[in-house]
Amino acid sequence: MTQDNALLNDVLLPVAGGGLLDRRLFLQRSLELGAGAGLLLTGMDASGAELQPWQKTPGAPFSHYGQPSPHEKEAIRWVSANTAAAGNGISWTPLHKLEGMITPNGLHFERHHHGVPQINPDRHRLNLHGLFRNPVSFSVDDLLRDPLVSRICVVECGGNSNAGWHEEPIQTPVGYFHGLASCSEWTGIPLSTLLDEAGLQPDARWLIAEGADAAGMNISIPVEKALDDTLVALYQNGERLRPENGYPLRLILPGWEAVLNVKWLHRLQAAREPVMARNETAKYTELQPSGKARQFTFIMDAKSLITQPSPGYRLHGPGLYQISGLAWSGRGKIRKVEVSADGGKSWAEAALQEPVLSKSFTRFRLPWRWDGSPLVLKSRAIDETGHQQPERAALVAERGRNGYFHYNAIVSWAVAPDGSLSHVYA
Amino acid sequence: MSMPETGRKAIAALIVLCLFGAGLQAAPEGPRLGKPLSGADSAAMDINVFPDGHGLPAGKGTATDGKTIYDTQCATCHGPKGSGGSAGELAGGSALDGPHPDQTIGNYWPYATTVFDFVRRSMPLNAPRSLSDDQIYAVTAYLLQINGLIGETTEMNAKTLPEVRLPNREGFLRIWPSSP
Ligand code: HEC
Repeated sequence: MTQDNALLNDVLLPVAGGGLLDRRLFLQRSLELGAGAGLLLTGMDASGAELQPWQKTPGAPFSHYGQPSPHEKEAIRWVSANTAAAGNGISWTPLHKLEGMITPNGLHFERHHHGVPQINPDRHRLNLHGLFRNPVSFSVDDLLRDPLVSRICVVECGGNSNAGWHEEPIQTPVGYFHGLASCSEWTGIPLSTLLDEAGLQPDARWLIAEGADAAGMNISIPVEKALDDTLVALYQNGERLRPENGYPLRLILPGWEAVLNVKWLHRLQAAREPVMARNETAKYTELQPSGKARQFTFIMDAKSLITQPSPGYRLHGPGLYQISGLAWSGRGKIRKVEVSADGGKSWAEAALQEPVLSKSFTRFRLPWRWDGSPLVLKSRAIDETGHQQPERAALVAERGRNGYFHYNAIVSWAVAPDGSLSHVYA
Repeated sequence: MSMPETGRKAIAALIVLCLFGAGLQAAPEGPRLGKPLSGADSAAMDINVFPDGHGLPAGKGTATDGKTIYDTQCATCHGPKGSGGSAGELAGGSALDGPHPDQTIGNYWPYATTVFDFVRRSMPLNAPRSLSDDQIYAVTAYLLQINGLIGETTEMNAKTLPEVRLPNREGFLRIWPSSP
């Protein structure tokens, strides 16, 4: 037997309960996945031999800006807005409809306190004042001449996944449960460059950032983070920011709650103390069972979830499937993701798709042979600092259920014999 | 273990050096195109109000004045007397260590200055930045009064507002930077 064949036999044996197979299985080029491995709701037509209309007529002309296929109408943000104010609310990234690690710009989640301002960049300034030796004002053109850097990272709302605190498991596609998180390449100026130019004074400990929208959102950012890896971003995934993502400028604080990543940034005031804004006191603080609230819980901890299969999809009978999901941590790189197909009794290590980047979506995959019996799928992530995603019972025991923000417990999907999936607390 | 005062100071200085020195050294040099911002210009745009009252403008108002503003400009969304509306509850609230606590200005917010800061920048939601400073003091006074924190005729101004101590002032545990 050749070495390759030995490996092949090896990887076809389950490595954990519920039919989980070795993560190297899909790396074997020689292995053909049989039909039926997909998760499509509609079956494929027979052979594809029939000549189709689009093969016999000229195609559509060029377009100035491309749009998704009309057949992908379900890959959209779900909007949940205030009936009294259409611009107050959220929209979710449909994580269950996406693959890879980058979120398309038009599907990046939104949280607006008061709508999307249509800012004329010629009339927009970034002003630095307060504890600076030389308070300064930058036009957008000034900033575009600064040395730019790029990095990929997640932006995640502190309130993402908060349905997990509910007493009963929410039944909704995964994007509308965990999709207040999106991952992009951000290009901008290190904030430290601008702080240096304005001459940040040594007694400045906080920067109060403010947006130029109708909510005038303000929030306090520690100077340490501002000097570390904070960006004043101008571009997202190669193009200038979209209005709903902060055009013409926004802050990016990799790994920290999204509310600090102020959009439409127009002002930074350096101060000794935090301003104690509404969004760092009344909101974005977590009430604990003791009656005290956690405040300045900036870092988004390790999280993972299986996006395929997930509620809303249906498995087409027993057979070989690929489990696929996302893991990320605000503390650094994902070191390992493990998957269970027996409700957490046994775990198998998933393959991590390269590149594995710090504070970024990391795609994990694992082959699985489902025998048709009911079971529970779970995933758990551990990051390079050793932080591991907790079981829900442990998180609730520690934090209670009234904290609202920073829910990162292990997510469980029950698979029924008919191939349907549901969210369970298990 | 005790440490001589000078030793402690030296370590503190070192920490500051590491934080600032390292950050600023790493900063790529820019073309320095920023225009000087005058004190008058920064004062004109500065609407941050700090817990010690820094940033509060001149002006004044009482809950009695504020009730009229509230009833005409706020109650449609926040309900009469700050509860029962479509937007957040502003008054009342149940025990914070109970099973389903309502979090309001009266039982949850730590600082009275935050009410002024937030109302000035964001409210009323349908016409932000439309209230005068006197009106903001007045409606802030009203929100404090319906929470039982001040009287109907107590004047709120740049001196008195920061002196109003909210009940949940000590209710917060700072996670950063001690145990991030
Ligand atoms: C059109 C509806 C509407 C009107 C009118 C309105 N508000 Fe609001 N208010 C809201 C909404 C919605 C929020 C939540 C905003 C957010 O999501 O950031 C809010 C939030 C607040 C908060 C913060 C509540 C919390 O718990 O964080 C305060 C305080 C407030 N409003 C005061 C006022 C005052 C004072 C007025 C009148 C001058 C007013 N509002 C008028 C809709 C309204």
